[in-house]
Amino acid sequence: MGYTLNFAVIWANLDKLLSGLALGLGLALGAVAMGTVIGLIGGFASVGPSKLGRRIAGAYVTVIRNLPILVIVLLAYFALPEYGIRLDKVQSFVASLAIYAGAYLTEVFRAGLVSVPKGVVEAGRAIGLTRFQISLYVVMPIMLRNALPALGSTFISLFKDTSIAAAIAIPELTFQARKINVESFRVVETWIVASGLYIATCLVIAAGLRSLERRFPKF
Amino acid sequence: MELHVRPLLQIQTLHKRFHDVEVLKGVNLEVREREVVSIIGSSGSGKTTLLRCVNLLEEFDSGQILLDGESIGYRIGGDRRRRLSDRALSRQRSMTGMVFQSFNLFPHLTAAGNIMLGLRKVRRLPKDEARSIAEKWLGRVGLSQRADHYPSQLSGGQQQRVAIARALAMNPKLVLLDEITSALDPELVQEVLLTVKSLAEEGSTLLIVTHEMRFARDVSHRVVFMEQGQIAEQGPPAEIFGNPKSPRLAEFLRSARS
Ligand SMILES: Nc1ncnc2c1ncn2[C@@H]1O[C@H](COP(=O)(O)OP(=O)(O)OP(=O)(O)O)[C@@H](O)[C@H]1O
Ligand SMILES: [Mg+2]
Repeated sequence: MGYTLNFAVIWANLDKLLSGLALGLGLALGAVAMGTVIGLIGGFASVGPSKLGRRIAGAYVTVIRNLPILVIVLLAYFALPEYGIRLDKVQSFVASLAIYAGAYLTEVFRAGLVSVPKGVVEAGRAIGLTRFQISLYVVMPIMLRNALPALGSTFISLFKDTSIAAAIAIPELTFQARKINVESFRVVETWIVASGLYIATCLVIAAGLRSLERRFPKF
Repeated sequence: MELHVRPLLQIQTLHKRFHDVEVLKGVNLEVREREVVSIIGSSGSGKTTLLRCVNLLEEFDSGQILLDGESIGYRIGGDRRRRLSDRALSRQRSMTGMVFQSFNLFPHLTAAGNIMLGLRKVRRLPKDEARSIAEKWLGRVGLSQRADHYPSQLSGGQQQRVAIARALAMNPKLVLLDEITSALDPELVQEVLLTVKSLAEEGSTLLIVTHEMRFARDVSHRVVFMEQGQIAEQGPPAEIFGNPKSPRLAEFLRSARS
C-alpha cells in the first residue's frame, strides 16, 4: 500500500505552525510598511524635478529587480555585520524584504503618480495650494487609491516570500514545518498542512483587500 | 457702475512663446472691478494661454500683469525680472479663481470636500466654518442636496457647478472661466450658463473665454476678439456682434453662426 496519511503529529504541533504563520504575517507587515515608505520616496523621486533623484531611483529599481530575494537576504545577514551594522535576524530580514518590496513599490507608485490627471493638479495650483500641499492632499490620495490593488498583491507576494526567512533560521511557517517534518518524518502531511495554511491566509488577505477597495470611492 | 481710478486687472504688452512659436504677441487688456469681459476668437488664437498666464499656470516672456496694482508672477526691478517663489505664486493664484473646461474636480473628495480644501489649507479656516461656506456656495449653484456626493456620482453640469462654487468660495478678486460648457452635453449647458449669469448679476468680476456667442452677448459688458495672439477688436457686445469693424471678426462671426 505504501504511504498512509496520518495527521496526528501535525495536529499536535499545530500551535507551532500557527505561531510561524503569525510571525510570517508580522514580517510581511513590517516589510510592506517600510517598503511603502521607500516606494513613496522612490516613486516621487522618479517623476521629480531632480535628475540625480531620478537616476538614483532608477538604479535602485534596476539593481534590486535583478537580484534574487534570497541573495538580498543573505547579503544583508552576512555582509552587513562586516561593516559594523549589527541587526538581529528578524531586523535584517525585514529590512531586506523592505528594500526588495521598495523597488517594486517604487514602480507601482511611479505608475500611480503618472496616472494622476494633470488638470486636477492644476486645479490645486489654481486655488493657491503650494506644491507640497498638492502632493499631500491631492496627488497622494489619488495615487494611493489607484495603487491599492497593486499594493495588495505586493503584500500577498511579500507574505509568501517570508518563507525565505527559513534560510536564516527565523522560525516562521516554513521553518516550523521543516522542523516538524524532520522530527516526525510525516513529509506529505506536513507540507499539505503548511500549503493549506499559506493558501487560506492569502485568500483571507485578498478578501480583506477587496473589501477595503470597495470602501473607497472609485474614480 | 462705479468708477475706479485703476483697473482691477491690467495686462500690458504680454508676450508668450512656446519654444519658437510666439502665441501671445503683445496683448493689452484691462478689466475693471465688477466688469464681465468675454474673449472670443478662433481655435489656437491664444485665449486659453492668456487666461493661464493670468492665473500663473504658465510663465510668460515679457510684459506685465498687474492684479489690483500688484505685479503677478514676477518681481520687476529696473529691466530685470525674477519669477516669484513658489509660496508667493501660490498666494497670488489664490487671488484669482479658475474654472476649467474639463471641471478638474478632486475625484477623491466630495462636492463639499472639493470646496473646503482651499478654504482649509489656503485660507486656513477651521473645519466647521469651511463646511458652512461650502454649503452656502453649493446652495448658490443649486446643489445643496449633493454636498456629500463624489464627482463620479454627479452629472457633467453638476460637476461644473461644483467647480464654479469651488472657485468662488475662495472669494477671489477675479474669476477666469475657460470654455466651461464645451465638455458638456447640450442639455446641460444652460444650467451652467445660468449659474454664471447670476454671478455676473451679483457683481463678480469675470473674464470669460467662450464659444457661446449668444451667452457672450447676453452676459458681458465688453467683448474682446482675439486673433493670432493679439487683440484684434473689442467693444460692447452690441458693437462687436452687430457692427464688426475688421473683416476677420465678421468672418469669424459668420463661421460661428453656421
Ligand atoms: N503647452 C503648449 N506647448 C506648446 N504649444 C502650445 C501649448 N499650449 C498651447 N500651445 C499652442 O499655443 C497656441 C494657442 O493655444 P491656446 O490653447 O491658447 O488657444 P485657444 O485660443 O485657447 O484655442 P481653443 O479655442 O482651441 O481652445 C496654439 O497654437 C497651441 O497649439
Ligand atoms: Mg482654449
